[in-house]
Amino acid sequence: MTDRKYIMLKTLLSYVKEYRRASVLTPVCMVGEVIMEMIIPLLMASIIDKGVSTGDLDHIGKVGLVMVAAAGLGLIFGLLGGVLGARASTGFAKNLRKGMFDHIQTFSFANIDRFSVAGLVTRMTTDVTNLQNAYQMILRMCFRAPASLIVAMTMAFIINARLAGIYMIAVLFLGCFLFFIVSRATKYFSRVFEKYDELNASVQENVTGIRVVKAYVREEYENDKFAKAAANLYGMFMRAERIVVMNGPVMTLTVYTCILLISWFGAKMIVAGSLTTGQMMSLLTYCMNILSSLMMLSMIFVMLTMSAASGRRIAEVLNEESTLKNPEAPVTDVRDGSIEFRDVMFSYNKTAERPVLDHVSLSIRSGETIGIIGATGSSKSSLVSLISRLYDVTGGSVLVGGRDVREYDLDTLRRAVSVVLQKNVLFSGTILENLRWGDADASDEDCRAACRTACADEFIERLPDGYETYVEQGGTNFSGGQRQRLCIARALLGRPKILIFDDSTSAVDTATDAKIRRALREDIPDTTKIIIAQRISSVEQADRIIVMDEGRVNGMGTHEELLRTNEIYRDVYESQTGAEADFDAKGGDA
Amino acid sequence: MAEGNQAGKQNVREVRGPGMRGRRGAPLPKLEHPWALFGRIMKYVTKGYLLRCILVAVLIIISVLASVQGTLFTRTLIDRHIMPMLASDNPDFSGLAAAIGRVACFYGLGVLSAFGYQRLLIGITQGTMRRLRVEVFTHMESLPIRFFDTHSHGDIMSVYTNDIDTLRQMISQSIPQMINSCFTVASVFISMVLLNIPLTLLSLLMVGISLFAAGKCTKISGRYFVSQQENLGRVNGFIEEMMNGQKVVKVFCHEQANMREFDELNEALFVSADKAIRFSNVLGPINSQIGNISYVLCAVAGGVLALYGVGGFTLGSLASFLTFNRSFSMPVSQISMQFGSIIMAMAGAERIFRMLDEEPETDNGYVTLVNARVENGTVREAGGEHTGVWAWKHTHQATGETEYKLLEGDVVFDGVDFGYDPEKIVLHDIRMYAKPGQKIAFVGTTGAGKTTITNLINRFYDIQDGKIRYDGINVNKIRKADLRRSLGMVLQETNLFTGTVMENIRFGKLSATDEEVIAAAKLANADGFIRQLPKGYDTVLTANGGNLSQGQRQLLSIARAAVADPPVLILDEATSSIDTRTERIVQEGMDHLMKGRTTFVIAHRLSTVRNSDCIMVLEQGRIIERGTHDELLEQKGRYWQLYTGNAAG
Repeated sequence: MTDRKYIMLKTLLSYVKEYRRASVLTPVCMVGEVIMEMIIPLLMASIIDKGVSTGDLDHIGKVGLVMVAAAGLGLIFGLLGGVLGARASTGFAKNLRKGMFDHIQTFSFANIDRFSVAGLVTRMTTDVTNLQNAYQMILRMCFRAPASLIVAMTMAFIINARLAGIYMIAVLFLGCFLFFIVSRATKYFSRVFEKYDELNASVQENVTGIRVVKAYVREEYENDKFAKAAANLYGMFMRAERIVVMNGPVMTLTVYTCILLISWFGAKMIVAGSLTTGQMMSLLTYCMNILSSLMMLSMIFVMLTMSAASGRRIAEVLNEESTLKNPEAPVTDVRDGSIEFRDVMFSYNKTAERPVLDHVSLSIRSGETIGIIGATGSSKSSLVSLISRLYDVTGGSVLVGGRDVREYDLDTLRRAVSVVLQKNVLFSGTILENLRWGDADASDEDCRAACRTACADEFIERLPDGYETYVEQGGTNFSGGQRQRLCIARALLGRPKILIFDDSTSAVDTATDAKIRRALREDIPDTTKIIIAQRISSVEQADRIIVMDEGRVNGMGTHEELLRTNEIYRDVYESQTGAEADFDAKGGDA
Repeated sequence: MAEGNQAGKQNVREVRGPGMRGRRGAPLPKLEHPWALFGRIMKYVTKGYLLRCILVAVLIIISVLASVQGTLFTRTLIDRHIMPMLASDNPDFSGLAAAIGRVACFYGLGVLSAFGYQRLLIGITQGTMRRLRVEVFTHMESLPIRFFDTHSHGDIMSVYTNDIDTLRQMISQSIPQMINSCFTVASVFISMVLLNIPLTLLSLLMVGISLFAAGKCTKISGRYFVSQQENLGRVNGFIEEMMNGQKVVKVFCHEQANMREFDELNEALFVSADKAIRFSNVLGPINSQIGNISYVLCAVAGGVLALYGVGGFTLGSLASFLTFNRSFSMPVSQISMQFGSIIMAMAGAERIFRMLDEEPETDNGYVTLVNARVENGTVREAGGEHTGVWAWKHTHQATGETEYKLLEGDVVFDGVDFGYDPEKIVLHDIRMYAKPGQKIAFVGTTGAGKTTITNLINRFYDIQDGKIRYDGINVNKIRKADLRRSLGMVLQETNLFTGTVMENIRFGKLSATDEEVIAAAKLANADGFIRQLPKGYDTVLTANGGNLSQGQRQLLSIARAAVADPPVLILDEATSSIDTRTERIVQEGMDHLMKGRTTFVIAHRLSTVRNSDCIMVLEQGRIIERGTHDELLEQKGRYWQLYTGNAAG
C-alpha cells in the first residue's frame, strides 16, 4: 500500500469514533453466521451416514435439533450483523459529514477558493453515501466472503483432504481467471465511463445551448455528432462487456467440473470404503459455497475500487489545512477604525508570475470615507479582503487600529471589520433571521433601523409579511438591488468599526445609491467606510479616492484632485459621462 | 487539488455509482399503466432483435434444464451406481463413467448456452441503448424552445444519466434473471414434486414464511427510506446553501451556529438511515436462515422417509431433494428483488417515453431561402451556385405561382400579442418596423419583455395575435430553418461547444473556409486573443469554454454570428461584468457586426442606445415610448427618467 493510500485510510477511519464497537462486532457476527451455515452440511453428513444408513432414528432427531439450533444461531448472528452493520456504516457517514462540515467552517478564503462549491457539495453528499455503502460492504461482505471460503474449504478438508484438493485447484483456477478479468475489465470500464461522461457532457451542452443550436439551425449537425459519439461508446461498451461476459459461464463451468469430478472420484472412494455417501453429499454442497464466495470477492473488489475515488476526495477535504490560524494570545479588542497598509505584497498563488498587490502602502484614518475605483482585475477586492484578514499578506503588513491584523482574534477582527461582499448571499429564512446574521441579539427595532439606513425599509414594509417575509435560498425572490440592500443592512447590524462595500450597490439605482450613502454618512459617522464602485458617482463624495491599477495604487486624493492629476480617473470619469457610458447604470432596477 | 468551475460535469459524474437507487427495501414508484408500458419497452427492445431475443429465452431455458438435470443426477449417482456397486463384490465403473459422460454433455450444453445468451444479450442491450440514446437526442433537438424553458435542465439530463442506465440494467440483467429464476423455480418445483410431495409442501411452507417475513421488513424499511430520503434532502439542501455562502458565513463569524444546525439535521438523517438500512439488512439473513431451517427440516424428515423407504424415497432422492431445496428458496427471493428493479427501470422508461412523446416543433413554412441572381431588375434562382445574394422563394399556395423576393431584412411587428401561457399575455399590441440596416434598441427594466420580443422574430415561440412580417412575408409562412438561417443571434449568456475555436466559430456557417472563419474573428475583434491561445484557432475548448474569460467567450459568439453573415441580427448586450478594456473590445466587435444589418438589440450601453435609429421603451409588456434618443429626452418621460437616473423608487 502506498503512503498516500495509507494516509487516506487513516484519515477516514479516524471518523469511525463511537461506532468502533459496532464496526468490530459486525464482522464477528458475519463470521459467526458463516460458521453456523457451514456446520449444517457437515451435520447433514452425519444424519445420512449414522442415521439413515444405520437406521438410527434417535441420531437423526438429535442431530436435527443441533442443526435447527445452528440455523437459529446463524439467524441471530445474521440479524445482529445486519443491525450493527447499519449502525456502524450510517454512523460513520454521519461522522464524515460532520467532520467535513465542521472542518470546512475553519477554512480560510484561500482554502475555499481551492474547492469549487459543486465539488464540496458532491463530496459531502454523493461521496459520503458511496463511502457509507462501501464501509457496510467491507464490514459485512469483506469478512463474510473470505470466511465462507475458508470455513467451507476447511470443512471440505476435514471430510476428505484428497477430494478437497479438487476445490483447491478450482479455487486457484477461478481466482486467476477472475483476477485477469477484473483487472482488464476495470481498465476498460474506466475508459468507457470517461467516454460516457463526455457523451453526457455534450448532451448537457446541447440542453443549455439549445437556443444557439436552433438559432443557427444546427440540429442535424449536432445529431450527427451525437450519433458518432454514441456509436463510439457502443463499440467501447461492447469490447468491455465481452470480457466480463466470460465470468458467469466460466464460473458455471468450474462448478460443473467440480461436481463431476467429485461424483467420479467420490463414487470410487465410497466403493473403496474411504468415503461415505453423506460426506460426498456435504462436499457437493460446499462446492457452491466455495466458488460463489470467490465470485463475491471479485465483485467486492470492483465495488471498492470504484468507491476509492470517493474516499480520496473526502480525505482531500479532511486533510486540507486551514491557511489561517488564530494567533496565540490573540488581541480581543480593536481600538479604532484606522487602517494602514505597509508595503503590502499579495498573491493568491505562490507560483503566480505577477503579484496581485504590488508594494501597496497607504493609510486611512478612523472615520474616513474612502472610495476605490479601478478596472476589473486591478485588485480592488483583493486590497480590501486583507483588512478583515480573509487572506494573509505574502509580504509587508496590514494594520487595523494600530495593530497587525495577524495579532487579533479572528472573530474579534471580523466583527470589527464588516464586509459586504461582491458575491453576496442571503440564506433561506425570514428577513429578520437573515439580518440577525449580523448580530444574533439585535432587537426588531435595531433591525428596522439598519434597514432604514440601507434604504431597505421601503420595500420590506410593502411586503405582505414585512420583516417576516421568507427569503428563498439565495434570495431568489428578491431583485438584485433589494438583495444588495438587505446585505448592507445585515452588515450594519454588527456595528463594525470598519465597513467595506465591495461593489455592493451595483444593482441599486443611482438615486437610491445616493440616499444610502447619505444615510451612512449621517447614521454612522464614526465608522470607517470603504466603498469599491464601478460608478464614479458612488465615490465622488468620498473623503479620499484610491485609484487602483494592476495591483498598485495609481493615485489617491479627492475627486477634484484626481480629476486634475490622475489620468486613469479622468478617463473613467469621461467614459461614464460620455458616449460610452453604461445605460443601465443610470437606471438599475429599483 | 484545485478544481475548475465544472459544475456541469460534476453533476453528470455524480449520478452514477452505488447510490441509494434500487436498494433492497426502498419503496417502489407507482406506475399508471404498467402492462402497456412494459409492452412498449419490450416492443422497443425487440425491434430488430426479435430473433435474437427469442434465442436468448430458449438458451436461458436450456441452461436451466441442464442445471436441473445435473442435480437429478445426484440421485442416479447414489441410487443406481454407488449403492449397487457397494453391494457388489466386483464393482464395474463403466456404467458410472457413461452416466457421468452423459451429464457432462448436458453440462457442456448448459455452459455453452449460458455463454451464448449472455453474449447475445450484450449486443441486444448495447444496440438498444445506442438506438435509444440517438433517438432521444435527435428527438430532443427537434423539440421547441418551450420544452427547454419549461423543464429543468437537471430533469432532462437525468433521462440520459439515470433513466437510460436503469433501463440498461433491466434489459441486460433483471429480465433475463427473471426468466431464469421463474423457469428455475418452475422446473425445480416439478422435480421436487416428482421426488416427494410432502417434503415439497414443507419447502413451500418455509418459502412462504420467508416471503412473509421479508414483506414485513420491506414495509417497515420502506417507511424509513421515505423519511431518510426527506432528511437526506434537507441535509443536502443545507450543505448546498452553506457551501454557496461559505464566504459570507466567514465574514459574519457564523461558523458555530452553522455547526449546531448541521448537527441536528445530520443526527436526524443518521437515525432514519440507520433504521432504513437496518430493516433492509435483516432481509438477507432472514431469507438465508429460513432457507437453512427449511433445509434442516427436509434433511431430518427426508432422512426418516429414506430410512423407511416411504413411497420409494431413497438416499439418492434425498440428496437431490436437498439440493433442490437450496435452489428453490434462492430464486424465489431473487424474483422479488428483480421485480423491484424492473419497476424502478420502468419508472425511468416512462420518463424516457414521455420525452420521446413530446410534440416536436412543427413547421408549416413553405417559403424558402435560395441563392439568387438579379438580372435586368428581376430576381432569379441561381441553382446550386453561391452568388452571395439570397432571395425568398415564395410559391403561393392558392395560385401555384412562384415569386422571388430579395432578402433584405425588413421586419414589421403588427399588433403582436404574446404570452408564454396563452392565458397570460405578457406582450401587448407590439407595433414596430425596422427598415433594412436600421438599428432598433429595446430598453426597460428587467421583466419588461425585452427578451421576449427577440424570441418571437425567429419563432422560438409563436405569437398569439397579430403578424410579424419579414421582407413583407408573414414569418409563419417561412420555413423555420431558413428563417433562422437569415437571423443572427448573440445572446448574453454565451454557449460554446466542446471542440476547437475554429469549429466553434464555424458553427455559424458549416461551409466556411478557414480564411472566412479568421476574417469573421477579425471582424469580431476576437482574432487578437485567439492567436494568443496555446494552439491558436486549434485550441480545444471544454466545459462551455471554461478556460476562457467571459469577454473572450462573448467575442467568440460574436465571431460565430459574423461568419454566418445574416442580414438581421438579434443582440443581447452583456451587462458590464467584464473589465473595461475587454468590454471596449467586445463593444467594438459588436459595432462592426451591426454595421449594415437590421439589428434588434437589448441595449445596456448608452452608446448603443444613442446610435439607434429608434428606441423602444418597454414597460410591462407594452411599448410606452418610442423615438430617437433626442426625441425621447425632450419628452421627459420614462426614458428621460432612466437616462438621468431620476427613477422613482
